[in-house]
Amino acid sequence: MAAEPAKVDPMYQFTIEPLFGSANWEIAGFNIAFTNSAMWMLITTVVLGIFVWGGMKRELVPGRWQMAVETFTGFVENMLEANIGKAGRKYVPYVFSLFMFILFANILGLLPLGIFGLHPFTFTSHFTVTGILAAISFSIVLIVGFWKHGFHFFSLFVPHGTPLPMIPAIFLIELVSFAVRPFSLALRLFVAMMAGHVLLEVLSSFVIDGTNAGAHWGLLVGVPSFVLMVGICALEILVAGIQAYVFALLTSLYINDAENLH
Amino acid sequence: MPQIAQLAETFSSQIFWLLVFFGIVFFVIGRGMVPKVMGTVAERDGQIGSDLAAAEAARAQADEEEEAWRKRENENRAAAQALVAKAKADAAASSEKKLAAAQKRLDKKLADAEAAVAAARTSALAEIEGVAAEAAQDIVQRLAGVSVTAASAKKAVKEAMNHG
Repeated sequence: MAAEPAKVDPMYQFTIEPLFGSANWEIAGFNIAFTNSAMWMLITTVVLGIFVWGGMKRELVPGRWQMAVETFTGFVENMLEANIGKAGRKYVPYVFSLFMFILFANILGLLPLGIFGLHPFTFTSHFTVTGILAAISFSIVLIVGFWKHGFHFFSLFVPHGTPLPMIPAIFLIELVSFAVRPFSLALRLFVAMMAGHVLLEVLSSFVIDGTNAGAHWGLLVGVPSFVLMVGICALEILVAGIQAYVFALLTSLYINDAENLH
Repeated sequence: MPQIAQLAETFSSQIFWLLVFFGIVFFVIGRGMVPKVMGTVAERDGQIGSDLAAAEAARAQADEEEEAWRKRENENRAAAQALVAKAKADAAASSEKKLAAAQKRLDKKLADAEAAVAAARTSALAEIEGVAAEAAQDIVQRLAGVSVTAASAKKAVKEAMNHG
C-alpha cells in the first residue's frame, strides 16, 4: 500500500493490490496474484450469473426479472440482427457476454460501497483489461474474416469504385484504420471509465478540502462541488451503459465487416 | 497512474483472471444460459403467433357460420312467406267459390220466381180471355139477341186483345 496522505489521491483508486496473501501465486513464471481487480471480476461474474439465472424460469408469461433478462438478450439480438443480418444470431452469446460483463463491471464499480468500507474497483478502467477484451473481439473479426473469405478478406481495404492508381494509397489507409480498431476500442472504454472516476474523486477532494478550510470555503466550493458530483454520478451511470453499448456495437459492426465484407 | 506504474507486475495476473472470469461468463452464461432465455422468447413468440392464427381461424369460422345461418334464416323466411301467400290465395279461392255458388243459387231462385210470375201472368191472361169471351157472348146475346158460338167469341176477344 502506497503512503496514503491525508489528502485525496484521485489515482489511488486504480491501484491493484493482491488479496488473501496471493501475491506470489505463479504460473510458468508469470504472477497470477488474486488481486482486488480479479476480485471484482469474480463479483461481476457472480452478479451477472445470478441476474441471468433469475431469467431462466422459462415462464410463458414472464415475471419482472425474466422480462429484464429477456430485454437484454433481445436488445443484443436486435443489435446484431440490425448490423449483421440473420448470420448475426450466432454471435449473440459472445456479444451478450461482452456487453453484460462490461456493463455490470462499470455499474458495480460505481456503487457507493465505500460507505460500508468496501472499495469498488472498476477493472474496466485498466487498459490491460479493456485491451484484452478488444483483442478478443478483434481476433474474432480476423478469424471469421479469413475463415469465410480467405485472402479475399483483404478486399475489405479497397472500397468499391476506387480508381486504380489510388488503390495502393487507399489500401494502406484502410489497413491502418482497420489495425487501429482494437486500440480505439480498448482506449475508449478505459479512458471513459478512468476519466469519470478521476473526476468524481477530484470533486470529492474539493468538497473535503474546501469544507476543511472553513465554513465560507465550504459554502463557496464544497456545496457546488457536491451538487456537481451528484450530477456527474448520474452522468457516470449513463456513461457506464453507453460505453458498454458502444463496445458491443462496434464489435458487432466489425464482425459485420468480417461476415459480409462491404 | 497505477495502470502504467503497475503494468509490469500486474499485467499477467490481470490477463489471467480476466480470461478466467470472462471465459466463465462466455461459456456458462453466454453459451449456456442465453440460448435458453432466447429459446423461451422464441417459444413465446411462436405461441402468440399460433394463438393469433387460431383466433383468426375461429373468427373466420364464426363469420362463415353466421353467413350460413343468415342464408338459412332467409330461406326459412321466404318459405314462410310463400306459405302465407299460398294460404291467402287458397282462402281467397274458396271464398270466391262459395260466393259464386251463393250467386248461382240466388240467380236460380230469381229465375224460378220470374218464371212463376210469368206463368201466373199467362194463366191470368188466359182466364181473362175466357171471362171476356163469355162476357162478350152474353153481351152480344142480350144486346143483339144473336147467339154467337163460344169459338167465334173467343176469336174476337183474342183479336181485340191482340190489337188492344
